[in-house]
Amino acid sequence: MATTTTTVPSASPVAGSRSFLSRLREGDEIARMITFLFAASVVLVTLLLVFELWQGSVLARHKFGFSFFRTSVWDPIFDQFGALPFIYGTLVTAGVSLVIAVPLGIGAAIFLAELAPARLSDALEFFIDLLAAVPSVIYGLLGVFIVVPLMRDYLQPALKNTLGFLPLFQGPAYGIGFLTAGIVLAIMVIPYIISVSREVLLSVPRDQREAALSLGSTRWEATWKVVVPFARGGIMGSIFLALARALGETMAVTMVIGNNPIVSASLFSPGYSIAAVIANELTEATSDLHYQSLIELGLVLFILTFVLNGLARLLIVATSQRGAGMGNA
Amino acid sequence: MKRIAGMLLVVLAVAGVLWADNALSITGAGATFPYPMYSKWFDEYHKQNANLSINYQSIGSGGGIKQVTEGTVDFGASDGPMNDEQLKAYADKHGSGILHFPTVMGAVVPFYNIPGVTAELNFTPEALAGIYLGKITKWNDPAIAGTNKGISLPANDIVVVHRAEGSGTTFCWTDYLSKVSEEWKTKVGKGGSVNWPVGLGGKGSEGVTGTVKNTPNSIGYVELTYAESNKIPYGNVKNASGVFVKASLGAVSAAAAGAAKDMPDDFRVSITNAPGKASYPISTFTWLLIPEKFTDVAKRDAIKGFVKWALKDGQGYAESLSYAKLPNEVVAKELKAIDKIQ
Amino acid sequence: MSFRLHWRKFLSAFMLTMTGVCALISVSVLFFILGYLVYHGGTSISWNFFTKLPAPVGETGGGMANAIVGSGKLLLLATLFGVPIGFFGAIYLAEFSGGTTAFVVRYAADLLNGVPSIVIGIFAYSLAVLPFKHFSTLAGGFALGLMMIPITLRSTEEFLRSVPKALREAAMALGASKWKTITSVIVPAAYRGILTAILLAFARVAGETAPLLFTAFGNRFWSNGWNQPTASLPAMIYTYAIAPYDDWHRQAWAAGLVLLGLILIINIVARAILSRGIAVPRA
Repeated sequence: MATTTTTVPSASPVAGSRSFLSRLREGDEIARMITFLFAASVVLVTLLLVFELWQGSVLARHKFGFSFFRTSVWDPIFDQFGALPFIYGTLVTAGVSLVIAVPLGIGAAIFLAELAPARLSDALEFFIDLLAAVPSVIYGLLGVFIVVPLMRDYLQPALKNTLGFLPLFQGPAYGIGFLTAGIVLAIMVIPYIISVSREVLLSVPRDQREAALSLGSTRWEATWKVVVPFARGGIMGSIFLALARALGETMAVTMVIGNNPIVSASLFSPGYSIAAVIANELTEATSDLHYQSLIELGLVLFILTFVLNGLARLLIVATSQRGAGMGNA
Repeated sequence: MKRIAGMLLVVLAVAGVLWADNALSITGAGATFPYPMYSKWFDEYHKQNANLSINYQSIGSGGGIKQVTEGTVDFGASDGPMNDEQLKAYADKHGSGILHFPTVMGAVVPFYNIPGVTAELNFTPEALAGIYLGKITKWNDPAIAGTNKGISLPANDIVVVHRAEGSGTTFCWTDYLSKVSEEWKTKVGKGGSVNWPVGLGGKGSEGVTGTVKNTPNSIGYVELTYAESNKIPYGNVKNASGVFVKASLGAVSAAAAGAAKDMPDDFRVSITNAPGKASYPISTFTWLLIPEKFTDVAKRDAIKGFVKWALKDGQGYAESLSYAKLPNEVVAKELKAIDKIQ
Repeated sequence: MSFRLHWRKFLSAFMLTMTGVCALISVSVLFFILGYLVYHGGTSISWNFFTKLPAPVGETGGGMANAIVGSGKLLLLATLFGVPIGFFGAIYLAEFSGGTTAFVVRYAADLLNGVPSIVIGIFAYSLAVLPFKHFSTLAGGFALGLMMIPITLRSTEEFLRSVPKALREAAMALGASKWKTITSVIVPAAYRGILTAILLAFARVAGETAPLLFTAFGNRFWSNGWNQPTASLPAMIYTYAIAPYDDWHRQAWAAGLVLLGLILIINIVARAILSRGIAVPRA
């Protein structure tokens, strides 16, 4: 429908029903194009990054092919490189960290959003956000000075005594290893989960809560069955942020994981992660094959993140109820 | 509000660009091992030459070699000499060569944490190689006990600790093990990062020390400078002449003196397992990597001036920081070699 | 029926207490870390720390003045580069785009977020350092900016989406164009969350070392302009923490504390300056 400047343009919420020119005049089309450019640049940068990783690992890819994923040997002197222990370590440490951080983080976010008085909640949030600014080196040092002795002297023996029949908790207790790295990572990613989840929970409209309560639900039921599902998109988003940080963290992990490229069922065992080995060996790598194998590891991490994100999204789609979720993950 | 913020940003940006001065700035990158020494040197030199600032960053020996080859820094530094392949890569890229200049020397020492043992242990090359190969697994193994009569060693499993990241210290350690153990040479080899048969990886000397300190029955290796500044007790090592030597600046200099006589013209030499009764066998030079040709004359002269200073006045600062001075013959040879820089 | 009611009430009390426990654990860890930093770093903070250049080993009185300024410059560049992309990209995702584009962009942002910081550093190195044959503050800002994009984008999008439909429809009903709705109604309504997102991203990159190793490189002296290598607090912390000298260790802790303090100040200032606009009332 053509519009003239003398009539009020029909403001329909569906874009596209007005003519191009009128949209342009009102700046909507320009806004759409400009913001599209920004959004597209994100995709572009990511693609460029993948391209660089792909190009930068050409020697390694040609030499090892798919056996890169299956081999466990990492020998810079004799030029044999296999990624399996690093993939394993990355997955295990990220998994452990989420198992710890997600329940704690969501629980804390619920408390801060629903129960705590506003000023307390804001003050605590302020400080929790600060945790995100602590440099990873400092987390590493704290891990070494505090977490490792605690693990070695208290937690690991305790776990061994109670749950030692599980292969997860066997082997000598050095203090460093998968479990310690997972714990340190959990501390690092909790601020993201708490911060974002709390904000999303706070933005759930009051009437949702009140409707649930008025129908006779307990406070917890109202929170868990109505408010949280409403905020599920944002909460999932925060978990993605946490996962990404856990997968890519280098400094703190390398200081507490033991840096030993082995695959072991025990959480007490020292291990290695992709990010840690890249950080450790990249600056010193002198042979081209060594360097490019490390770049290929970066590519592998990229693929890993890709797959994990995909799986998580499928999980969300499979479990989402109609009308309960807001926002996409 | 927005306008004020906008103007502030513009002012900052302009200030950032205009706030320049005429000082000459040179960048270098490389080894972490000599970083304390170099930072002292560059600081002192800057005090004496206020118009020149030499900015050195310790990103690792491999990083130093890489960056100087790429041309993003003016000079490099490395704990291990560049091999032929790397020299060729540099020459191919720049059309001219790169020179090595040894600056100071250091040593790597074995240290341990054995409950009940406070004495200085004597280690033979075979013992060290065996431990790090994973073949000698208990502290009371005859290979260790044999040279430490009078010290009661427990029958506990040895926990081996090594450096996680690539480093010149590891290069020196593995270079030594490759010389004294054929099995190590063929199985593991020498380099900044190797495929360790056994052991935990500690991040940095700090990580290795921390791990050893907190893990009973463990053994690790660390630079002499580190052991001395942190008062870590360490063991003696048997040298090529059969004497058990405790690492010290004098013993390191003795090792270098032996090599000084046969110093090759390009200064790329390994002094591990050096001959001489007083030599400490796990010693190493550390080098500055300086391009043969400079396009920027001011930079060339500045670097030449610095190297001359480092070889003469600079050596005076070495011992207080636990680095060993270069032997005089090596210094003399280097001073002549400086003229090769065009 | 009564049993069921009692059970539900008990469960409610129990679970809500558990959330309190979660919060307590999280917050205790935080305060512990802060306390540790203050204890170890507090003694090394002095006027010198803020005004002097780094001193070599063995000399006292050195500081990290150039690192503080360097970090400031790098973070400014990172924010200027990363925040607009994240913010406007999020607006596109929340307001304009269809399902597939949004999916792709979100996925890309999550992928970018998961890249180890050292790989981002290598990427920035090949784009911003190699072609110019020198390290620079600009390259460092670029690397950090890249890291800010995903957090800003994803979080901002979530908060934009969380603005109730009623507000949007009211604006439309009053005749506002889409863009006007966005700028005058939606963004102000979501500003709190958006600010949180930006500050979170800012805090994250403020402590990153690895991306700077190959871009901003480092500098023992003052860095002039935007084209020279520059020191930064995280890089100094890293160098000092793994060195053999006790004095440097203490300086590293002090630097960590200073970094945290600076982030704190920026948080306060940002929230104070930008505290206008309508916020959706707290439920």
